[in-house]
Amino acid sequence: MGLEQIPSHFPILTLVTFLPLAGALAMLVIPKANEGVLKGFALGTTTLTFVASLFILRKFDPSLGGIQAQLADYASWLKFFQIRYFLGIDGISLWLVMLTTFLGPIVILSSYTAIKQRLKEFLIALLVLQTGMLGAFTALDLFLFYIFWELMLIPMYLLIGIWGGKDRIYATVKFFIYTMAGSVLMLVGILYLYVKFGGETFLLPDLIKKAGELSVVEQTWLFIGFGIAFAIKVPLFPFHTWLPDAHTEAPTAGSVVLAGVLLKLGTYGFVRFGMPLFPDALRMLAPVIMALSVWGIIYGAAISWVQKDVKRLVAYSSVSHLGFVMVGVAAMTEEALTGAILQMVNHGICTGGLFIAIGFLYEQRHTRLIEDFGGLAKQIPKFAVFLMILTLGSIGLPGTNGFIGEFLIIAGTFQGTFTPRAPVIGRPGDFVDMAQPFAHGLFGSDGGMSVFTFKIISGVAGGLAALGVLLGAIYMLSMYRRVMFGPLRSRANRELRDLNLRDMFVAVPLVLLVFWIGLYPNFFIGKMRKSVSELTEYVRPEVRRRADSLDPGLLRRTLCADLSGKCPAECNPVNPSKACIKKGIKHRVPRVTMRTLHMMVDAERSHRRIRLPLRLELPKALRTTRTTRKGGK
Amino acid sequence: MSNTALLSSIVLLPLLGALINGLFAGRLPRRVVEVIACSTVIVSFLFSLKAFLQLMALPVGAREIHAHLYNWVAVGNFRFDVAFYLDPLSSMMSLIITGVGGLIHVYSAGYMSHDPSYGRYFSYLNLFTFSMLSLVLGNNILLMFLGWEGVGLCSYLLIGFWFTDVQKAKAGKKAFIVNRIGDLAFIVGVGLLLGLADGNLDFTYLRKVTALRTLYLDPMMVKGICLAFFIGATGKSAQIPLYVWLPDAMAGPTPVSALIHAATMVTAGIYMIARLNFMYALAPEVLTLIAGVGAATALFAATIGIVQRDIKKVLAYSTVSQLGYMFLAVGMGAYTAAMFHLMTHAFFKACLFLGSGSVIHSLHGEQDIIKMGGLRKKMPVTALTFLTATMAISGVPLFAGFFSKDEILWKAFTNAHAGMTTVYWGKIFFVVGLIAALCTAFYMFRLYFLTFEGEYRGPKETEKTIHESPVSMTLALVVLAFLSVVGGYVQIGFAHVHLLEDWLAPVFAVGSLNVVETMGHSWEYATMAMSVAIAGVGIGAAYYLYMGAGTKIPARMMEAAPRLYNFVWNKYKIDELYQVVFVGTYRSFAHFSHRFADAFVIDFLGVRGTGALAQGIGRVIGRLQNGDVQRYLVVFVVGLTLILYLWLQ
Repeated sequence: MGLEQIPSHFPILTLVTFLPLAGALAMLVIPKANEGVLKGFALGTTTLTFVASLFILRKFDPSLGGIQAQLADYASWLKFFQIRYFLGIDGISLWLVMLTTFLGPIVILSSYTAIKQRLKEFLIALLVLQTGMLGAFTALDLFLFYIFWELMLIPMYLLIGIWGGKDRIYATVKFFIYTMAGSVLMLVGILYLYVKFGGETFLLPDLIKKAGELSVVEQTWLFIGFGIAFAIKVPLFPFHTWLPDAHTEAPTAGSVVLAGVLLKLGTYGFVRFGMPLFPDALRMLAPVIMALSVWGIIYGAAISWVQKDVKRLVAYSSVSHLGFVMVGVAAMTEEALTGAILQMVNHGICTGGLFIAIGFLYEQRHTRLIEDFGGLAKQIPKFAVFLMILTLGSIGLPGTNGFIGEFLIIAGTFQGTFTPRAPVIGRPGDFVDMAQPFAHGLFGSDGGMSVFTFKIISGVAGGLAALGVLLGAIYMLSMYRRVMFGPLRSRANRELRDLNLRDMFVAVPLVLLVFWIGLYPNFFIGKMRKSVSELTEYVRPEVRRRADSLDPGLLRRTLCADLSGKCPAECNPVNPSKACIKKGIKHRVPRVTMRTLHMMVDAERSHRRIRLPLRLELPKALRTTRTTRKGGK
Repeated sequence: MSNTALLSSIVLLPLLGALINGLFAGRLPRRVVEVIACSTVIVSFLFSLKAFLQLMALPVGAREIHAHLYNWVAVGNFRFDVAFYLDPLSSMMSLIITGVGGLIHVYSAGYMSHDPSYGRYFSYLNLFTFSMLSLVLGNNILLMFLGWEGVGLCSYLLIGFWFTDVQKAKAGKKAFIVNRIGDLAFIVGVGLLLGLADGNLDFTYLRKVTALRTLYLDPMMVKGICLAFFIGATGKSAQIPLYVWLPDAMAGPTPVSALIHAATMVTAGIYMIARLNFMYALAPEVLTLIAGVGAATALFAATIGIVQRDIKKVLAYSTVSQLGYMFLAVGMGAYTAAMFHLMTHAFFKACLFLGSGSVIHSLHGEQDIIKMGGLRKKMPVTALTFLTATMAISGVPLFAGFFSKDEILWKAFTNAHAGMTTVYWGKIFFVVGLIAALCTAFYMFRLYFLTFEGEYRGPKETEKTIHESPVSMTLALVVLAFLSVVGGYVQIGFAHVHLLEDWLAPVFAVGSLNVVETMGHSWEYATMAMSVAIAGVGIGAAYYLYMGAGTKIPARMMEAAPRLYNFVWNKYKIDELYQVVFVGTYRSFAHFSHRFADAFVIDFLGVRGTGALAQGIGRVIGRLQNGDVQRYLVVFVVGLTLILYLWLQ
């Protein structure tokens, strides 16, 4: 991207990103004792940030593509190292930025009365954290991204460590060291990229352009480096054990931010950096990611079901939900990726809301054990409705946000079939060597994963991911039943108060979003469509638009016409012949979906076997009949 | 009124009612709640009627009304709209839902009048009507699924309506989760279908492509999809193996059982398969399976019904059994017969449930039929309507159930299609159906006799308070009883009255299955005679054992074979089996994952182990740097010597 092309405009992204930090700095001069002023100021700052971010939404042009190319703010920074201050936004980061700014005031509002000590520091930590998250979502320079990424860590560390529960020190140290360990690997990866390309740039679009020069081996190692950092953050099984501890010990606000936004940085990292920088490695490792995330879905759901602590239950449910997101990312179809991004937002709303709900109970009862509750629906009906809607959103009931995300992921994964591009256009030797151990099992004989194999893999992954829909209902409804239904036993529960006006300001926006995304998701999908389709087309060029016609003859003609010409006509572009791989001929198949290709292959196959039309002849036993009528009778 | 406005108001009016009653629950006077709830459904019924008449005015081949509201989801290849589609099939369903639903709303106003959560109840009931209508009128599978899960949610909320009772709350949860198992299969089916259908799930489109693209569809895939959808249907329509939630669902208020668990929601599975008949035509083997499952369920549930003592439980098992008949018909390719039975069943079963509600209401919650008896004298309207519906379900000639059940049995006897390995399958299903009909006639009359005839066997103090229910309740009973009599005359096979078949013909004609009738029409009279005889035997036996000379025999039979009796009484212990096999396994898996895999292997060994390892290494290496200069010197000298020695060699 040429820097001179950037139009001069009001630096709205910079404003939104640094407004919370500025608020935090300003709060330093407010005396500690003025709690009301402090709270009001923090609330005002976050609300202002949210309002400012609405301008981003308004200025955002969904018809433009490019990686984080919109509303870009640029400044030269550390010239010697070619490190730039560069913020930008696109359809993928847009909603995550919006989610972050939206949760800002909600988080402050929900912890209005919960924090009894060191309120000022608490609010400052939250505000700094918000700047860190917003920066990480908008940064375009890898070095800048890394700074924001680490910036988030410190306030979170303090939030858990100071305002947390009983085992807060253990939890926060675990969280910090675990995340740090991953980050270091990512830093190595960033520096490798920087050095490899002559120390000229940390800028993501430049690096993506150059990443084509990487060998597949390099790609794979770099991907693993970046991937572990992200996988810890997601968290992907088996890197998840810091999460239940951190979630359970964190104060409500911390849990909400952690679940609502921080975890998304992991999945966002995969989409933003993993996908465009290392597409070949991602394709090769996609089955591994899928397996881990599908396992995470089932495993997280099962463990969640047997928890005694509500907060831990919701924490484990995050492992399950984020598994969904990762399945969608690894499937790499437009539908699944859209679903994954939407599901990130959904999870932020629903799980964030669930943590707020738990915080509401904890603040009054000082317990989170499920057995201490029961029958609350009678006592606090408004709260019961709020919790029910979040529960339904969380288990993906149609009409709520969770359904759209989960359905798109599942159905999109079923759509997903792919072949590794590496053997075709990369350096075949490298790839085949790495893939050799699998070559005869998982992959086709030519080193590329056969269409059939991946059909099976994504089919199984989609089916097992769908299991999450059932298991989710089991643990969430069990929880709801034990907490809200049944007789109202203990006396303490009879003194619970229902949502007041302030709580309603927290609850109503969340509930409205649950239904808005559920009933009219196109508003959200429309803004990300261009970015997502560009990205998936880049990663999987074989996946294109809907086929124009289903006539197999026409399909064949279309395919042949679009081959590069050097390839013998018989070569199947989906699974190219060895000769073509050796010559390095590119096989691109524009304007035809993989699915239509399979249909063509299927059709061809059935022609070859001279399969009869499906409207079969009746079996012999049935032929001695008297009357034949069509229809129901 | 434009088509869009018409169809949307049919669907959205009940939603409006639900929203008003839900948001202002407790703040509106009872009368207002009632009027809002009932009027929205009744107006919706009137609109359905109007739509029906409009449809009828159209030429036979073109009976379709489309209404497009907005684009719901559009991403990649996928495109789903919020749009409604009225054809003869959905028109019929919408009439049943709003018609029977409207009656039950009015009935509820009387039945629930003492309940404190009046507003909440009607809000749920309206929400249910909305969901059911969007299930039926949605023009694509995804919108149908919205309704499908929506009715499941309302069912969950209404079963657990009195949530302070743990058992009721649990029953609601069970219903939702068992349904979700089916929904899981449904979702997988939709996902697979999207791959075949270019991301378009409109029924009209699917119908077109399945008719045109027969050649290019992978037959295994189509079968898989059809099977997945059928598993979805077994959940919602309470068939083997997922029927277990329905008997427990009787924990809900009785009008709910009538509306949701008898007349409408549980028939969604049959509706869905009938709607997708063009796809099932490509998977006839699945149809045979459906018929088999239906027949098995019909018999299985009927045998459990024989020994139950809870008035609602008997009716619940009877519902499962009757739904089995409908699936049997669907599986034989006799969609019209299935829809016919669906309709008559909606009338007489709703009537039976409402009648039982009337009884329970009057007896202050007593549900055990052993403690009833002789109620006919005190509740004549309830008794008469109940008797009418009982005769309808038992297949007494000239009542509605007779015609529809007879049609199903006849179709089972005669039909054959490509999915059947032998023509005898149909004959077997026929015999099974006949035995189930015998059981049905028996347990239904047993229920009637024990409840309404003989002497009152309950506690003396309640006897005085037994009274006939208010008009708002009996009105619904009378209308439904009337329909249980005349509802059958729309389709009389042997008399060549085919009103319903002609009406539904366009839905089931295109791309449909090739069905062969293997037996001549003279056999139709024979099968009819058999089913009449069977019904007679059943009723006679019930009379003999519970009214006539043999009243001692049931107790003696119980004593003679206590283990068999207990086995059936405990519903063949299927619930316990599921509990051990599925819930138990999952629970062990969860505990194993939690305590061993997660806490020990990953967290303790993996994560903290790594930390401990780092600490350990640090400690060992740390010893080398303890600041003792003499030791450094020794190490230095030894090392240097070693290097020199090696170098010089």
